[in-house]
Amino acid sequence: MADKQMDEQHYKKIRKKRDPGRPVLRNCVRAFLAGGTICLIGQAIQEAFIHWFDFDKQAAGNPTVAVLIIISVFFTSIGVYDKFGQWAGAGSAVPVTGFANALSSSALEYRSQGLVLGVGGHMFKLAGSVIVFGTVAAFFIAIIHWVLGLLGIGGGS
Amino acid sequence: MFKGQTILFPSHPVITSSAAVVGPVEGKGPLAEDFDKIYDDLLLHQDSWEKAERKLMLEAAKIAIKKSGMKSEDIQFYIGGDLMDQIVSSSFSARQLGIPFLGVFGACSTAMESLALAAMMVDSSKATAVLAGTCSHNASAEKQFRYPTEYGSQKPPSAQYTVTGAGASIVQAKGRGPLITSATIGKVIDLGVKDPFQMGAAMAPSAVDTIEAHCRDLNIAPGEYDLIVTGDLAKIGHSLALDLFAEKNFPIDQTTYKDCGLMIYDIEKQEVQSGGSGCGCSASVTYGHILKQLQAGEYEKILVVATGSLLSPLTYQQGESIPCVAHAVALQRGRK
Repeated sequence: MADKQMDEQHYKKIRKKRDPGRPVLRNCVRAFLAGGTICLIGQAIQEAFIHWFDFDKQAAGNPTVAVLIIISVFFTSIGVYDKFGQWAGAGSAVPVTGFANALSSSALEYRSQGLVLGVGGHMFKLAGSVIVFGTVAAFFIAIIHWVLGLLGIGGGS
Repeated sequence: MFKGQTILFPSHPVITSSAAVVGPVEGKGPLAEDFDKIYDDLLLHQDSWEKAERKLMLEAAKIAIKKSGMKSEDIQFYIGGDLMDQIVSSSFSARQLGIPFLGVFGACSTAMESLALAAMMVDSSKATAVLAGTCSHNASAEKQFRYPTEYGSQKPPSAQYTVTGAGASIVQAKGRGPLITSATIGKVIDLGVKDPFQMGAAMAPSAVDTIEAHCRDLNIAPGEYDLIVTGDLAKIGHSLALDLFAEKNFPIDQTTYKDCGLMIYDIEKQEVQSGGSGCGCSASVTYGHILKQLQAGEYEKILVVATGSLLSPLTYQQGESIPCVAHAVALQRGRK
């Protein structure tokens, strides 16, 4: 057993030398550019809703997100979003378009297994975690917000 | 007859025919000319990735049978396996072929596992003609082992691209073609690699172990072979294997050491990260390209070492390390 651990430790050292690792700096720059561009497009869509369709700033948010989702689903369907994702990394994964891609790619992939067990059962395979932990995080943030309110800190509503 | 882990085939069973069928990305790679059939459509005109993979296998088997001049009734057994759960690609192909079927699983080592078993059956006169084959499909493997194919996740440079391809061969007691002289059955080796994006690194020690065992058992030096080729270690695994050989003072430089995962793609130009992987990688490169080179006189003796990582999505999610195995088959140029 000790021998095996020694071998593993030793091999780990050799592996480290050969593993190029993820190009973190390049990935960060790309994520910044791609993510920023997606947000810029989102901003432009929002402005368009405000200027041409008489939405106020708050109400324009929903149709903006809907348009971004539709664009993302479209590019997922024609097989482009995953290639973009390889280039952009977190830049394409973090915005709402990444969430739409996670849902639609799962739905597409499992379509061959039927609508109920395939699409329905697998659609949230990847996105499920986001929803679960998003809800859990929101719960704790709400508690913190409430406690701070009781103590009279922060604006509160 | 055996020596250590190595089985000798004194009757020298012959690979009388072989075939390789690949998908679009492999068809744009440097070995394109050697494949029997290239599909431009990743779905192969089927309605699911799984069916596409089956079609690859079936097509390769049919072409190999056709090339041998036999009919499927003339073949006694079909030995095959693949990466899909319950090896459905192979068993469903067997349903169509109607040849008595033995399903095997050795992940990407299946190509040489099935060939070694076929050679054993023929060498021991239990059969006169056996079909061996395996396949993999990029999208079906992505779906089963990683993420949906259209999901935009970023792969690290150490990741490998599963080959869309199938390879099949027919082993007979007599005939024209490369001779099978021996096979070394590998031990399962695990040096604690847990990251499924580090397949090459996980498998390299098993390849080194099997190659060493082969030379030790037969009391030969690696220079005995003009070519030693591993299945799908790709760039990182290949260089790690060289590091391990150097550390053990194993004279791998006596021979040419290549890797199928680096041969099937142009890894500088094609977006395949570290190189190819999958059952279809060593199968299509060996049965499509290497055997042709062997018969053309490029090599006299070769050793093909197919490497497999025996993980499942469940085991790596439960934090287990990746056990790996490598099986080697020694081939020699035969009658043309």
